[in-house]
Amino acid sequence: MSRAEPARRTSGAGLALLGSELTGVFRRRRTWAMLLALAAVPVLVAVAIRISSGDGGGPSRGPSFVTGIAGNGLFVGVASLVLAIPLFLPLTVGVVAGDTIAGEASTGTLRYLLVAPAGRVRLLLVKYAGAAVFCFAAPLAIVVAGTAIGAVLFPVGPITLLSGDQVPIAEGLGRLLMIGLYTGLSMLGLAAVGLFISTLTDVPVGAMAATVVIAVTSQVLDQLPQLDALHPFLLTDSWLGLVDLLRQPPDWSVFDTNALLQLGWVVVFGALAFGRFTTRDVLA
Amino acid sequence: MTTALAVETRGLGKRFGGRDAVHDLALAVPAGSVFGFLGPNGSGKTTTIRMLLGLVSPTAGEAPVLGERMPDSGRSVLPRVGALVEGPGFSGWLSGPANLARLDTADPGASGRTRRARIAESLERVGLTAAGGKKVKAYSLGMKQRLGLANALLRPRDLLVLDEPTNGLDPQGTREVRTLVRELAADGTTVFVSSHLLAEIEQMCTHAAVMSAGRLVAQGTLEALRGHEGARVRLRTPDPVQAVRVLQSAGLAQIEQEGPELTATLGDRPVESLVPLLVAARVRVQGLRVDEPTLEERFVALTGEGFDVAG
Ligand SMILES: Nc1ncnc2c1ncn2[C@@H]1O[C@H](COP(=O)(O)OP(=O)(O)OP(=O)(O)O)[C@@H](O)[C@H]1O
Ligand SMILES: [Mg+2]
Repeated sequence: MSRAEPARRTSGAGLALLGSELTGVFRRRRTWAMLLALAAVPVLVAVAIRISSGDGGGPSRGPSFVTGIAGNGLFVGVASLVLAIPLFLPLTVGVVAGDTIAGEASTGTLRYLLVAPAGRVRLLLVKYAGAAVFCFAAPLAIVVAGTAIGAVLFPVGPITLLSGDQVPIAEGLGRLLMIGLYTGLSMLGLAAVGLFISTLTDVPVGAMAATVVIAVTSQVLDQLPQLDALHPFLLTDSWLGLVDLLRQPPDWSVFDTNALLQLGWVVVFGALAFGRFTTRDVLA
Repeated sequence: MTTALAVETRGLGKRFGGRDAVHDLALAVPAGSVFGFLGPNGSGKTTTIRMLLGLVSPTAGEAPVLGERMPDSGRSVLPRVGALVEGPGFSGWLSGPANLARLDTADPGASGRTRRARIAESLERVGLTAAGGKKVKAYSLGMKQRLGLANALLRPRDLLVLDEPTNGLDPQGTREVRTLVRELAADGTTVFVSSHLLAEIEQMCTHAAVMSAGRLVAQGTLEALRGHEGARVRLRTPDPVQAVRVLQSAGLAQIEQEGPELTATLGDRPVESLVPLLVAARVRVQGLRVDEPTLEERFVALTGEGFDVAG
């Protein structure tokens, strides 16, 4: 004599929850603020270089990417990405990934999602998927904004690659897209770390900060020659590998190395998050 | 007569860091009842509710809900259960309906086609249709509470678990919740409602249980809980001396006299049988009434007078 309709499992149910999660993430003003801040990096870079090169001063002393910009606007996106990778980018990924579970706990929505019932594993997967989409959206925001502002402020032409070869504009744009995707891939491991930390606490800011600290620490360790043996396993080791995509022919193997490394981190921290989240008491 | 039980816990317990928040709990919530779950602050009501909903795993015993074990059967049980636990919880940056849509989407069995209509209907039931479109961070406490109730009512449910549902509501809201609970119960939904507002429980519940410091100290129908044996008869008469004699011979206990006022414990004697005796003994009766013990008196008797929260 059940009054409730039987639990009819609609095939798109997981997708619907994912859709709702993505709308949730991208309807938040905070997400847009972060994407805009990231998009502002290339704008600042481009404007600054435009002004200084407009002075007609001596040879600029910036990093090689930055000097390339004045010659070709298509470099603005890549140069800004390289500038954002050590801190800005992991900062935004840390905010989104650290917020996944802890944010729901702090607003009290976690208990209602679980009682709905979202299912703990399903919720965790959807939350990670939402963060993963952001991982790609963030570098693409930089690349797109950078390419656009670069095209406005600087001459645009065939790109001279690091190897000295020139590729036509269309192929250059393709490379830019690949670089954006490569960096998105690079952030997936960090997002998994953030997800796990987020299951440990009900305080989202704590989870966010801890995630960013891990990203920074990993980069510091990556600089210490004494830890050479450890370097290939570090979360951030492949982050700057994107430059290898600017050679002719592009060194696609960095993609594989990066994917393997990130997969490792996703598996380990995904498993930790799973172990923690499926057994923990939800008291918030 | 065996009634089906909507919730039946056996030896249910939860320890937090070496202290029992809930100990050896044996709740029996009859299907179709409006079940009041009473207890002072910190007595374990919310912890019990969290265990029933699979949010917290018990450290002892089991908690079958709607005939299936929780938390293992959450997938099949929870869609049939609507819940409000320790206040509402919503994303402040989304509107009320958007929040409900999000929670409804989380339920794999909820149909996307009827979602809009169900949300509108449930907002209407809690009186939020007009105000609902605002972002939740702009809601007042009572509006959030109403939205929490709306979430519990998104689908037809077999069991509603409401943890202090009238918290923060204005008097109209409180009345509406009572009416709503009665309506739902009339439809056959079992309602399990925790509260410390005894008057409220008295007005809407058919059954109740009383917790004290993590233990169940009483449960049963409201009638049985109030304890009719405790009822006292109060008599006003210019002939108190003869009246005392009548009441004594009628077998009433604890007779007290103060001037023209007499009180005595009625026991299982029907009050209407006293009047002919008094009249026959030529006692002039100016007033006669029965004081039922209030639930509050029982509650205090069961859980102790002290104001301090048991630690
Ligand atoms: N997260 C926790 N960690 C440790 N102890 C807890 C936790 N949550 C609750 N407790 C303890 O469990 C006991 C029962 O708490 P619970 O919230 O179930 O009480 P309650 O009956 O709902 O009280 P109230 O009427 O105030 O809502 C309390 O002693 C409380 O201190
Ligand atoms: Mg409580």
